[in-house]
Amino acid sequence: MTFVAKPKIHHPLLKVNEIGLKRRDYEGLVSTLCAGCGHDSVSAALIQACSELSLPPHKFAKLSGIGCSSKTPSYFLGNSHGFNSVHGRMPSVATGANIANRDLIYIGVSGDGDSASIGLGQFAHAVRRKINMLYIVDNNGTYGLTKGQFSATNDRGSTNKRGVPNLYTSIDLVSMALQIGASFVARSFSGDKTQLVPLMKAALLHRGFAFIDVISPCVMFNNHDGSTKSYGYIRDHSAPVVDADFIAPQEEIEIYYAPGTAETVAMPDGSSLRLRKLEDSYNPRNRVDALAYVQNALDEGEVVTGLLYVEDDSVDCHEVLETPDVPLNSLDESVLCPGSAELAAVNDSFR
Amino acid sequence: MTTYNEFVIRFANVNGSGSASANGMFAKSLFRMGIPVATRNIFPSNIQGLPTWFEVRISERGHFGRREDIDIMVAMNAETYEEDVACLRPGGYLVYDNTRGRPRSLQRSDIVDVGIPITKLILPEFSDPKQRQLFKNIVYLGAMSALLNIDFSILTGMVSSQYRGKDALIKPNIHAMEIGRNYAYKYLDCPFDMQVRHSELAKGKIFVDGNESAAIGAVYGGATVCAWYPITPSTSVAEAFEKHALKLRTNQDTGRKNFAVIQAEDELAALGMVIGAGWNGARAFTATSGPGISLMNEFLGLAYFAEIPAVLFDIQRAGPSTGMPTRTQQSDLLSVAFASHGDTRHPMLFPSSPKECFDFASASFDISERIQSPVVVMSDLDLGMNEMTSDPFDWEDGRKYDRGKVMSFDDLEESEAFGRYVDSDGDGIGYRTLPGTHPSKGSFFTRGTSRDEYAVYTEAPEAYSENMDRLVRKWETIRELMPKSEIYEANHRAGILFYGTSATPMKESLDMLYEEGVELDTLRIRSFPFGHEVQEFIDSHSTVFLVEQNRDAQMKTLIVTDLNVHPDQIQSILYYGGMSISADFIVNAVLEAYERDKLPRLREVSS
Ligand SMILES: Cc1ncc(C[n+]2csc(CCOP(=O)(O)OP(=O)(O)O)c2C)c(N)n1
Ligand code: SF4
Ligand SMILES: [Mg+2]
Repeated sequence: MTFVAKPKIHHPLLKVNEIGLKRRDYEGLVSTLCAGCGHDSVSAALIQACSELSLPPHKFAKLSGIGCSSKTPSYFLGNSHGFNSVHGRMPSVATGANIANRDLIYIGVSGDGDSASIGLGQFAHAVRRKINMLYIVDNNGTYGLTKGQFSATNDRGSTNKRGVPNLYTSIDLVSMALQIGASFVARSFSGDKTQLVPLMKAALLHRGFAFIDVISPCVMFNNHDGSTKSYGYIRDHSAPVVDADFIAPQEEIEIYYAPGTAETVAMPDGSSLRLRKLEDSYNPRNRVDALAYVQNALDEGEVVTGLLYVEDDSVDCHEVLETPDVPLNSLDESVLCPGSAELAAVNDSFR
Repeated sequence: MTTYNEFVIRFANVNGSGSASANGMFAKSLFRMGIPVATRNIFPSNIQGLPTWFEVRISERGHFGRREDIDIMVAMNAETYEEDVACLRPGGYLVYDNTRGRPRSLQRSDIVDVGIPITKLILPEFSDPKQRQLFKNIVYLGAMSALLNIDFSILTGMVSSQYRGKDALIKPNIHAMEIGRNYAYKYLDCPFDMQVRHSELAKGKIFVDGNESAAIGAVYGGATVCAWYPITPSTSVAEAFEKHALKLRTNQDTGRKNFAVIQAEDELAALGMVIGAGWNGARAFTATSGPGISLMNEFLGLAYFAEIPAVLFDIQRAGPSTGMPTRTQQSDLLSVAFASHGDTRHPMLFPSSPKECFDFASASFDISERIQSPVVVMSDLDLGMNEMTSDPFDWEDGRKYDRGKVMSFDDLEESEAFGRYVDSDGDGIGYRTLPGTHPSKGSFFTRGTSRDEYAVYTEAPEAYSENMDRLVRKWETIRELMPKSEIYEANHRAGILFYGTSATPMKESLDMLYEEGVELDTLRIRSFPFGHEVQEFIDSHSTVFLVEQNRDAQMKTLIVTDLNVHPDQIQSILYYGGMSISADFIVNAVLEAYERDKLPRLREVSS
């Protein structure tokens, strides 16, 4: 059992944000995941991102499927409603919820089994419907909760704990999201809070479908030498891109490293990750280039992290559906029921 | 002897040949003459080229079931001549295109031969091959108007309004109708001794199918989210919802739509969206058929256990997916009632007329939000896709939606401790909150797995079983909320139960049985769980029949499970051929039982 960072030291966790809340007000229950599980770091990053953005916690709705990753909405934003739905089907539940009330901030947390295997179809369709939400996949290349089977994001040739190699090509959700039209696509590493938190903040402020694939090692089943989703492997193979000029609608996202420099990031397990930022020439506003970039890197065995694509004039499902500015769930019979006079006309149309 | 307004006519056509609109006009013109009409479309799972039949039954006696012997056959499909001729009753009329003479297979000496050289009549009048094909239908429509004495001004009026804006089409259509009509007057004995005349019986009624009625009911019932995946015969529910909502629910000033329709990627997603919307406090529904219900199973269990409102329309058809998707059945009862893994039960409503589709559709949202659980409206292809005479829809202005137990910000302010699944009212239903209501009170975590009354995760056995027991208490609350059965009782020893579209041939069945000296009390089941009246009716009759359109007596299984009824108390009458059940079938089954069990008849019948 690990604890999602509880405030022991005074600064900055006890600092009050713009709406008078402390970091603690964004926390949830104590995690029941394994000690060192990457998923807990993702929750911690979310807590930090939400509190730093000074968003009201009860205006979030958290949705998930099934898996260790899908359990995590219990561990952040304890004052908001959460919905642990069924395996692989969170996207549809989030879609319905979002259509019903456009005023909440939606966070979906899923696993690689949840989104790339059983729920691949629902994931794809939520992307193309432009559901306004932050969609996080805690990607560990394995089925944590059912004890270590390969997932569809596991790289071919990567071995499981018993040394058995994966025989099948992996699915890259980032490439898929780019291809189907997500308007915000990023990848990060659970251990890299410095990169993850700003990405989450940008994603939360983004209108439309914001996807973050977070490589999140499973210390139980996928953190050994033969795994390409282990802390060690990611440390050696990550190739971060950081968008140098992304301006969020309300707030500038901090830039952490200057081009060409390298930064050492502390990891939850005590190790460190060396991130290298690419040249300024990377342009996150070109979908086709982003896709090529990600695919080329994958061919060379490199995991690109950072903000890969963002659309400035993104739209969300409510614009597509032409729904009113007020949430559909706030409408009552005075608006919804056309009344008996209209019904008389309806009856006449069947005569 | 001339009879009026009492016959069955069947049109045999080729799918995709444009007959649908002519046949529709035929039926509607009779309705506009004030005659009660029911139609039945028998069509293949195909877009073009296969045989289809369109049956119109008009009856002032209220006999609307399918009949196995046809009075008038309009045989326009050479491929099916033989079977079409065979189903005519002795003395019936055969109308056909005799341009190429009369095929040998049509020889039957006991029917009236009415040949019209339709192809030949058309040839000199129209040059475009497509028009020639289309107008064949209009020519026979015109001929039928003469042969049956249909008010021609109604037909021409319909053509004019149907093609309003496309005036170039009005003249040739009316011309084609006149060609048929004039031929009939000139060369045939007009009208038949079986004909129509103006009537008052359908006055004030409407002519509509069940799916469109349900869709309008959903608009009136306040549905804002419709998520669906196309499947015959349910598709027109969602399509009609969108059509009517666009008209009735678009904000005239802003152009925004006070509803959303999403065509999902499959039925799993469709129900997932409905559940997400229901969780978030919007009235949401999906429409599907048996194969979709199969796919929705896991989600139905989640909604049952997490206690989330959802409305489903199951427009039943003959199973399985690759079976007879365009044939009707009542065969999803068990798979819906207990859909999903674990102990689950879902309430169902059984409409039997378009008006009831409207009423149940709107009521289902009230019930579902009140009980915080899915409600399934069980219609079928026969009711859903066929236009028939129905009572008009009505709505009482000022009627409020029952949003169930939802706590507002103020409620939460005043409350001490919020417990999502605490049964504080003793009716098995807790209070729910919607996301975003209050900054510090009332949030909870919804999950499909086990939890305690406060929605806190637990795997404790007592918490689990207490929750399951509460859901049984809720079931009893649901029982009281559901629409009661419609009962006709005159102290007969025998009674007959039926539901849904088995009600359609019932009047005719009872009239035929009366002729045989058999009189039955009747009970039309309208919902599951069953009201106490069903128990009482069964207990107070020594012989009880139950009519169903499935093989396995699914309703009987539900009755025996839900009530204190012994299986021997019910004799099943089961039809499962995929056509709608006929009065002949019901009457034969009842009479057989009377013979076999030597049951006393009320009167001796002279034979
Ligand atoms: C319909 C269904 N099939 C199978 C399962 C069993 N199951 C639970 S979690 C899981 C895999 C989860 O993997 P992933 O989404 O990657 O989450 P992780 O535990 O790795 O975070 C499976 C197969 C289930 N809950 N539901
Ligand atoms: S099994 Fe793996 S994924 Fe699940 S909690 Fe443990 S470390 Fe995390
Ligand atoms: Mg996983």
